[in-house]
Amino acid sequence: MRRETPQRLADYGPLFFPAMMLIVFFVVPFATMIAVSFFQRQQGGFYVPAFELSNYQRFLSLFFANVLGFSLMLAIAVAICCVVLAIPFTYLLTRMARKVQIIWLVALLSVLSLSEVIIGFAWSTLFSRTAGITNLLVMAGLMSEAKALLPSFGAVLTGMVYQAFPYTVLVLYPALVRLDPTLTEAARTLGASPIKAFFTVVVPALRNTITATLIMVFIFALGSYLLPQLLGRPQHWTLSVLITDQAIYQSNMPFAAAMAVFLVLVTLGLVALTVIAGRKGEAA
Amino acid sequence: MSGLALNNVTKEFGTFTAVNNVDLTVPHGTFVCMLGPSGCGKTTLLRMIAGLDLPTGGAIRLDGDDITRVPTHKRNLGMVFQSLALFPHLTVGENIAYPLRIRSAPKEDQKKRVDELLSMIHLSGYADRPVSKLSGGQRQRVAIARALSISPKLFLLDEPLSALDAKLREAMQVELRQLQQKLGITTIVVTHDQREAMTMADTVVVMNRGEIRQAASPIEIYRRPADTFVADFIGSTNLLEAEADSAGRVTVLGQPVAGISLGPNISKATLSVRPEDVHLTAPGDGALSGTVTFVRDLGGTIETFVDVAGRQIIAVSTPRARPDVSVGQPVGVVLLPDVCVVLAK
Ligand SMILES: Nc1ncnc2c1ncn2[C@@H]1O[C@H](COP(=O)(O)OP(=O)(O)OP(=O)(O)O)[C@@H](O)[C@H]1O
Ligand SMILES: [Mg+2]
Repeated sequence: MRRETPQRLADYGPLFFPAMMLIVFFVVPFATMIAVSFFQRQQGGFYVPAFELSNYQRFLSLFFANVLGFSLMLAIAVAICCVVLAIPFTYLLTRMARKVQIIWLVALLSVLSLSEVIIGFAWSTLFSRTAGITNLLVMAGLMSEAKALLPSFGAVLTGMVYQAFPYTVLVLYPALVRLDPTLTEAARTLGASPIKAFFTVVVPALRNTITATLIMVFIFALGSYLLPQLLGRPQHWTLSVLITDQAIYQSNMPFAAAMAVFLVLVTLGLVALTVIAGRKGEAA
Repeated sequence: MSGLALNNVTKEFGTFTAVNNVDLTVPHGTFVCMLGPSGCGKTTLLRMIAGLDLPTGGAIRLDGDDITRVPTHKRNLGMVFQSLALFPHLTVGENIAYPLRIRSAPKEDQKKRVDELLSMIHLSGYADRPVSKLSGGQRQRVAIARALSISPKLFLLDEPLSALDAKLREAMQVELRQLQQKLGITTIVVTHDQREAMTMADTVVVMNRGEIRQAASPIEIYRRPADTFVADFIGSTNLLEAEADSAGRVTVLGQPVAGISLGPNISKATLSVRPEDVHLTAPGDGALSGTVTFVRDLGGTIETFVDVAGRQIIAVSTPRARPDVSVGQPVGVVLLPDVCVVLAK
C-alpha cells in the first residue's frame, strides 16, 4: 500500500494521541528519574535539586559491577529458557483443535493473573524440605531423604521462567498461528522428518519473532525484584532488588534513580546490539 | 507393477466419507489429472498419496511396495501445494536445494543440480534472489523445480496453476506437460479446470462425492462419458430423456427418432449430445421439431437455442456452417446416432 506523505499540520493528527500517551507515561517519568539521579540526598529520606555525579560514582565499584553482570546473565538465561520451552509448546498448541487451544490459553492467562508474591511463595513451598516436591521423589523411592531446593540459583531461575512463560507463549502464539501450516507439510514431502522440518523451516521462518521475544522476556526478567529475594541467596539478588532496596528501605531516591538509569542504558545498548546483529544476519 | 496403485482407498472424517473406495492404477510415467467439483475429495486423495493424511481403509502401492503407512518424508516424492509453500527465509537457490540439503548431498552436487533446474525452468541467474521478489509465474516454476530436485518417483500437484491469470496458466499448462514428458515422471495433478485437464493429461479421473466416476483418456471422457454426471461436468452437453417401447422404437422428448437404440431391454435412458453435434435442418421427418428461441453469435461460433417440447437444446456451429435461422422460426433438430451417447438412467 502506498501512502501519501503528510502535507499539512492536520495530517499529523492521528499521531497526536500516541504521542501524548508516550509523553505522559514514558518521557515524563523517565526524565524525572534522570533528573533525580543527579539530585542530592538529604538525611531523613528527602532530596534536593542539585547536580552531582556522586550517585554514579558510587555505582562504579566491583560490587555493583558483579550485581549488574549477574542480573544480565540471569535475564538472558530466563529469556533463553522461556523461548526454548515456549516455541515447541506454542507450535504444538497451534496444531491442536480450537477448543483445546482455548483451554490452554485460558490456563496461561490465569497464571498471568498471579502476582509475583504468590508465585514466589508457591515455589518456595514447592522447593521446601518439609512440603516440597522432593517428598514426592522420596515416596517414589528416587531419593532417600527430602531436602530443601532453595535458596538457590535453580530456584530463582525456575520461578522467573514460570512467571515469564505465559508472556512468551502469548507473544509467540500469533506468529505461529499465522505460519502457513503447508510450509512444514512441504518440508515433509521434500524429505524432512517432522523434527527436521521444525528446525529447518519453523524456527528460521520465525527468526525475527524469536529475536523480539527474547528481547521482551529479557527486559521483563530484568525488572523482577521479588523472586530473587524469595527464592535466592543474597548473591542471587539482581540490580532491581538493590534499586528497590535503595528506593524503599534506604530512602535513597537519587542513588536508586542513578542505578535505574544505568540499567536502562545497558539494556537499550544490548537490545540495539541484538537488533543490529539480526540485521547483519539477514543481509548475509 | 511399476507405478502407483490405489486399492479401495477410503478416508472418513468422523461420520463423513471424503474419499470412498477409490481404485486406480497409474502406470509409470503417466500424467493423471483429477477433476471434480469442489469438495469432492481430490485434495484428500492427493494428501493420502503423499502421506500427509492416512487412509482409514485400503492400500496404496508404489512400484509394488505398500506405502500406505510409510511416513511422508520417506516416500521420495515431490509435491507442489496450491499455496506453493516456498520457504520465505530461503533464496530461490536454497529453496530448490532444500531436498538435497536435507539428504546431506555434497555442496557441489547441490549447486550443480540447482543450476540445472534453474535453466530448465528458464530462471538461470535467479539463485540468489529472495523468493518474495519473484512474480507469480516465477514462483510457480521455483515450486515445481524444488519438487523435482531429487528426481522423485511421484510428482503431485494440487491446483498448481489456479493463482495465475488465464494467459499465463495456459502457457504453464503446456510447459508442465512438456517437462513431464521430457522427464517421464509419474504425475498427478488436481484441478478444477477441465481445459487444463484436457491439455495436460494422459488420463483424466473425474470424481464426485468421494468416488471416481470415470478414469479414461481426455478424448474418451469427452466422447464416451460413463454417466450423466461426467457428461454434464466435462464440457457442455444436451441431456435428453429417451424412451423405447417393447419393439425397440425410440422416442426422444416424446417424438420418434430413427436409428438410435438404447440397448436390449432398456426402456428409459438419457441421451447426451454435444452442442457441436446437434444439426439444425428444416422441420420434417426424422428430426425433432422445435422452435428457435435465441441466437448467440459469438463471432467464432454461433449458439442456437431451440425449444423442443419445453426442453432447451443448444446447437453450436461455425459461421461457415451457419444455419439459416432466426428467433421464432420452427426448425428440425437432427440427432445423429453415432454421436449420441446413451447413458443409463
Ligand atoms: N480435516 C478434515 N476434517 C473434516 N472434513 C474434512 C477435512 N478435510 C477435508 N474435509 C472434507 O472432505 C471433503 C473433501 O475435501 P477436499 O479438500 O478433498 O475437496 P477438494 O475436492 O480438494 O475440493 P476443492 O476443489 O474445493 O479443493 C470436503 O467436504 C471437506 O469438507
Ligand atoms: Mg482441494
